[in-house]
Amino acid sequence: MKKSLKERLAILSDAAKYDASCASSGTSKRDSLGSGGLGSTEGSGICHAYAPDGRCISLLKILLTNFCIYDCAYCINRSSSNVERARFTPEEVIWLTLEFYRRNYIEGLFLSSGIIRSSDHTMEEMVRIARELRTVHNFRGYIHLKTIPEASAHLIEEAGLYADRLSINIELPTDAGIGKFAPEKRPDNIRQSMGNLRLKMEEMAEPTLQTKRRKKFAPAGQSTQMIVGADGANDATILGTSARLYGSYGLKRVYYSAFSPIPDSSKNLPLIKPPLMREHRLYQADWLYRFYGFDIGEITSTRADGMLDLDLDPKLAWALAHREQFPVDVNRADKEKLLRVPGLGTKTVKSILSARRFRRLRLDDLKRLGVSLRKIQPFVTAEGWMPHRLVDRPDLRAMFEPKPEQLSLL
Amino acid sequence: MIYRYALRGRGDLTEWRDAARAYLSAGIPPEMIDWRSMDDADGLFGFDDNRLPDPLPNQPPLHVPPAFIKLAGAVICHSDPSRFALLYRMLFRLAHDRRLLQMSSDADVVMAQRMAKYVGRDYHKMTAFVRFKEMPLPEGVAGRRRFISWFEPDHFIVDRVAPFFQHRFTDMDWLIMTPKGSASWDGERLRTSDDPAEKPDLRDETDELWRTYYASIFNPARLKVKMMTKEMPKRYWKNLPEAELIPSLIANAEASVMEMARKAASEPLPFHHRLQEAAANAPVPSKPPAGTLPALKEEARSCTRCDIYCRATQTVFGEGPPDAKVMFVGEQPGDQEDLAGKPFVGPAGKLFNDTLALVGIDRQSLYITNAVKHFKYEPRGKRRIHQKPNLGEVRQCRWWLTQELELVKPKLVVAMGATALFALTDMRQRLEDVRGEPIAMEDGRVLFVTVHPSYLLRIPDEGRKAEELIRFREDMSKISRLAA
Repeated sequence: MKKSLKERLAILSDAAKYDASCASSGTSKRDSLGSGGLGSTEGSGICHAYAPDGRCISLLKILLTNFCIYDCAYCINRSSSNVERARFTPEEVIWLTLEFYRRNYIEGLFLSSGIIRSSDHTMEEMVRIARELRTVHNFRGYIHLKTIPEASAHLIEEAGLYADRLSINIELPTDAGIGKFAPEKRPDNIRQSMGNLRLKMEEMAEPTLQTKRRKKFAPAGQSTQMIVGADGANDATILGTSARLYGSYGLKRVYYSAFSPIPDSSKNLPLIKPPLMREHRLYQADWLYRFYGFDIGEITSTRADGMLDLDLDPKLAWALAHREQFPVDVNRADKEKLLRVPGLGTKTVKSILSARRFRRLRLDDLKRLGVSLRKIQPFVTAEGWMPHRLVDRPDLRAMFEPKPEQLSLL
Repeated sequence: MIYRYALRGRGDLTEWRDAARAYLSAGIPPEMIDWRSMDDADGLFGFDDNRLPDPLPNQPPLHVPPAFIKLAGAVICHSDPSRFALLYRMLFRLAHDRRLLQMSSDADVVMAQRMAKYVGRDYHKMTAFVRFKEMPLPEGVAGRRRFISWFEPDHFIVDRVAPFFQHRFTDMDWLIMTPKGSASWDGERLRTSDDPAEKPDLRDETDELWRTYYASIFNPARLKVKMMTKEMPKRYWKNLPEAELIPSLIANAEASVMEMARKAASEPLPFHHRLQEAAANAPVPSKPPAGTLPALKEEARSCTRCDIYCRATQTVFGEGPPDAKVMFVGEQPGDQEDLAGKPFVGPAGKLFNDTLALVGIDRQSLYITNAVKHFKYEPRGKRRIHQKPNLGEVRQCRWWLTQELELVKPKLVVAMGATALFALTDMRQRLEDVRGEPIAMEDGRVLFVTVHPSYLLRIPDEGRKAEELIRFREDMSKISRLAA
């Protein structure tokens, strides 16, 4: 018997939840006032709900189908898994997107799919959904399409005309890892597809001769995802791959997804709790690389095994390993130095640079800017504050480490 | 004397501004004014309330930085009664020091910014957590679809947020009701009111699908309740259809993960075996005949002779007629070549093409390749910084270059730059010592050495750059004559 729409929605959203990305930000700003249609984008995204896993729900994240001819070990939809299978018709996906959008549940659609029959067939259906949403239903909300590396160039090009973001998941940080866990996937194909997307985006960003207007091609760029903890790659390897992907293909984001046990799991995989703290540290390190002027080498040099410290955030871990560079004078140090102080974020640094033009800053001023004094005190000097060799204290690390859990009486 | 002024205070800046302007032009200091909101203005007030002073003579027109108007527009929406006094104090101080807003650690500035932040947050949460319910049209009536929402904001933001909903839900009629005012849109006019509304009784069947989605997209193995409540505080839950599921999702999370772990992987269904079999029996794509350039190129696609391969996008193999008389050898592909899979298509390639065109060489007649076939680089933020391949890598990659030479059999080989020279001769020589003159090679070929075009692009001094460009062009003219 055919499953109801509700049953299939349950199956095909359950199958999509291992994709971490839910961003609806960074695209061109647009609305429906002129067109009289439906939908707008704000630049910064909107999270319409949060699930108890702490993740934001911004998009209707579903698969077109969870039938798949691939057998990637880490994937819930691999062909050897006995999960329930289902598929939507393109019309159903369109209906769900519009009705969910009208009730303000979502910012738009994130559509992915298992590979059925051929890559082109699957990609064609996904592109059709995006095209009809835009052209038939006048939908101006956010669309994220997962692209299939093996799909034809003309389909990817069409996808970029309707979608805000395109993404291809690299899944594992090394070619060897992909070979082991996703034998049907070709890492060189994935890299080439990302390269082609970058070339396409750059080409479209050039003003055309006739109109001087830039054509829109995936205005929110491309992103990818790496699974953390399924293979043996260490954090240095993972972050090194991220740095290469950012540099090579202009990715907007690399998502890290702590490997989470899946139903009917293959025996090659760890059936443990997802390493959520490790995932968190990787995101922090990724931020340090992109916004704080750190090199990957610096971030991962604090431990011999190439792993990030789970007890301390990577900036603090770096600072404790480089105490000779502290304390930093908040009234004189340049922006680059301030960005390296544990407890100072990019916004705070901006505020400090602005405020200190008018007066010499004291710890009180920093407190008003929302800085945690406990964290920052050992690392800075300010008007009326010298840390008195605090930075040299051997027990400094212990001051920041999480308190050991006290055992309770039985 | 103390002035008292009572405002409706429902997020309207004009109301406050008119009074504030009058006080300021009369030179009334902040501590002389008691700002109130109508809500707490009960019978205590006398007949002289909301009395404004006469302006001092010869007052210049008031000017404030645009940033203050923007900030005040947000602060005035905050529900804290102290906002009027705070804004007036800042206005008064601004009259004496225009730079006030840049003093980001000043107590008043911090306070105002904090209030603006809360208002911004409330605005954002309203755009996120309003849930529309459809009010079906009566049977037989055609027209725009109608939706109604009930929402409870913390601050007076309905006016401020209404355009967002107008821009987004343009093709439907909607009405948002809140205890702090309401807004509606009918396709022609956006109407707002600041009168409190009563909570209506609303129902929508689609909520059930949304709850299904909410429950299924949740991953029970990653329970992080604190993170959820930080972003979706409990006070919003009562108006969110999905929130009623939260307690049971949390309660059952651990059990469902345990259940998943307990079940061993089951035997795959037959379609998996059929797929595997089909893949094993898939016809192997036909390969180009061995001993030809296309075969060599195909083979090089999966080269792993050195470690550069897995960092680069792809092998960039040589390109040109298999019987070309002239072969150009560069160093290695760059950023653009790596993406396109073709040699000399980036900035250096453009300079190379332009020079070829100037001296009348047809690029199509040349075989163009590189000493190293993969791009070696160091990631730096959003860019890739070219790194010179080391001698070991050049030696490894010579495996391909030698075969290209054997298959194409060019009469003239042009080495562009020291890396190419080393790859072709295994000798490390100063470029200047061998540049610009044909050199006979053992196998009867002629070698010609010049600089790499990317070297020309990197010369900082414009004068020297021009000189070097002329020399490069002269070299290319010589090549053109040698090839003839």
